[in-house]
Amino acid sequence: MASETRDTARPSAPGGVSFSLSDPTVRAVFYQVLVVGIVIAVGWFLIHNTLDNLSKRSIATGFGFLDREASFGIGESLIDYHPRDSYGRAFLVGVLNTLKVSIIGVVLATVLGTLIGVARLSSNWLIAKLASTYVEIVRNIPPLLQLFFWYALVSESMPPVRQALNPIPGVFLSQRGLFVPVPSADPVWGTMGFALAIAVIGVIFLRRWAKARQERTGQPFPIGSASLGLLIGLPLIAYIAGGAPTALDVPKLQGFNFVGGVVLTPEFFAILVGLVVYTAAFIAEVVRSGILAVNWGQTEAARALGIDSGKTLRLVVLPQALRVIVPPLTSQYLNLTKNSSLALAIGYPDLVSIANTTLNQTGQAIEGVAMIMGTYLVISLGISIFMNWYNKRIALVER
Amino acid sequence: MKSGILAAAAAAVVFGAVTGAQAGPTLDAVKGRGFVQCGVNAGLPGFGNPDSSGNWTGLDVDYCRAVAVALFNDPNKVKFTPLSAQQRFPAIQSGEVDLLSRNTTVTLTRDTSVGLNFAPVTYYDGQGFMVNKKLGVKSAKELNGATVCVQAGTTTELNLADYFRTNNMSYNPVVIESNDEVNAAYFAGRCDVLTTDASGLAGTRAGVAPVPDDHIILPEIISKEPLAPAVRHGDDQWFDVVKWTVYATIQAEEMGITSKNVDEFVNSKNPEIQRILGTSPGMGKALGLDEKWAYNIIKTMGNYGEIFERNVGTKTPLKLERGLNALWTNGGLQYAMPIR
Repeated sequence: MASETRDTARPSAPGGVSFSLSDPTVRAVFYQVLVVGIVIAVGWFLIHNTLDNLSKRSIATGFGFLDREASFGIGESLIDYHPRDSYGRAFLVGVLNTLKVSIIGVVLATVLGTLIGVARLSSNWLIAKLASTYVEIVRNIPPLLQLFFWYALVSESMPPVRQALNPIPGVFLSQRGLFVPVPSADPVWGTMGFALAIAVIGVIFLRRWAKARQERTGQPFPIGSASLGLLIGLPLIAYIAGGAPTALDVPKLQGFNFVGGVVLTPEFFAILVGLVVYTAAFIAEVVRSGILAVNWGQTEAARALGIDSGKTLRLVVLPQALRVIVPPLTSQYLNLTKNSSLALAIGYPDLVSIANTTLNQTGQAIEGVAMIMGTYLVISLGISIFMNWYNKRIALVER
Repeated sequence: MKSGILAAAAAAVVFGAVTGAQAGPTLDAVKGRGFVQCGVNAGLPGFGNPDSSGNWTGLDVDYCRAVAVALFNDPNKVKFTPLSAQQRFPAIQSGEVDLLSRNTTVTLTRDTSVGLNFAPVTYYDGQGFMVNKKLGVKSAKELNGATVCVQAGTTTELNLADYFRTNNMSYNPVVIESNDEVNAAYFAGRCDVLTTDASGLAGTRAGVAPVPDDHIILPEIISKEPLAPAVRHGDDQWFDVVKWTVYATIQAEEMGITSKNVDEFVNSKNPEIQRILGTSPGMGKALGLDEKWAYNIIKTMGNYGEIFERNVGTKTPLKLERGLNALWTNGGLQYAMPIR
């Protein structure tokens, strides 16, 4: 717009508007139209060519298959699933399994990676060397091999299901996984969840109030212990008020396998541990570089002001280190999520595994691959948006 | 990793720049190239498996070679592409292989929406279960609650679900992509049951099991698995070549012609034999091949019975009886259409 007014303000060449490419406005418009035109042409060519090739080979197209009965079984699922359910629901099971391993994996990899990153900077020679060795070994072995290693470790080293280890009453460890008792279904669990939600809201308000009071009067409030008390106390009260049920759903050997309780399957264990161990090595390096990026003078200055070492780390070093850490950390989170597609190799029913089975049974490879790519794109963009928001929040505000 | 190949095959369909772009003249393309591209199993003893010196062997492999012999009179003019169950359809759809000879079950969906044409059945199979003897299981009906190892992307996966549903039993699937990893998981004890085609179970027990006698194959055969070579839809000439290559081997066995005695038949007075062996011309030309096509196949690869016995028969580690795969004259299902 601005350039337009500039153009009209300037008397143009006699004979009206000139279309010379040396005019920056004309040039800009020309190249943009050209690029958009090429993109549309290529897109049209790809779609047309695909449909043409598909119909030549008599391959069915479209997403109608998602409503058809899947009629294959899935090993583990967060929602109810049965072979008579649709391909669409089977795909949803896969998406949820991918999210499950990604979210738990991201949390654990962050914790482990931070610990190892800090350990590499430790003044203790042994700890620092151990951490370096870990990083150098783990990040130089392809993740697929590591997954095979962890999977083989579980299936080869654990005892058969009928000779399951029983370290604690009710807990069984075998080739079929780790079976743990869970509390039997009871309405009190719902009430406790509700109480926890109230506690979270309460904590948010309490923090605001405490901050405002400290700014007004200078009096600090023990916000940490108060929050903890609220978060544990309210659900505990709900639990006791609900009659404190203690009934447990204990796994027991029945026929071929354990029945009841919850199970940590070898497949989930292998993919989770494999991804966490692998990604943690990269996160460790990110954390180490982030901490080293903060000038030592900052710490000395904080000490000179009489700030204790815990607060120095929390209020001075970490906020500055995080600005360096967060962007590369986002990449590692994305890597972990995408690497979860290796689950296929060790039998964890993730999104790729289920989509592959689907496209193989229906023959609709293009739709299947498009759904895989679309889902990963959505998950990755979700992580990116969240991490970018977080990065902006912690970014240095310069005046 | 594997899905990368799938994605590549899908991309091939999207970009259409690969060999598959021409829908009709596969035969000309193969002749021009000088070898057949054949998709086979990466490691199923008896059907598609490289031996200790790296040569591909097996019943499915021999049918790739038979097609190469029909075209070039040379069983080595084949480029073998090992494919997982999941890679096989994109590979044939995209034109990465000309022929899929990889213990593939004929089904309606594959014939239609997957876009395949199936040649005659080279092995009539059925799905079975293998368990460790220690479990004391005698029948598949006793498998309620069992953990079952199964390869991803097979009809096996569907039959398994159907069988347990029909019999009101529950099971826990462990679905792994590569055949080797499925077997490894079963033999490590991750699963109670290994399921695949009965011939595959025999091959696995003979070739992979640490102690073959520790495992038994349960008597129930829960499905029909007619295994056949497949080509792409839309190229009838190439389909005919593959189809009649298979029939030629069966026809030869029906007439008692073998790789050893085929030369004695060349001067036979029997007009049927003259037509097959090319002594009286016409059949080869009709297929777009040399008149000696069937003679070469029989001379080099042998008849159906020889191919069967060599790869999976009673003298091999698989020890499979002819059963359904005997000639129709012996109570089996193998029946060649007339070559005339």
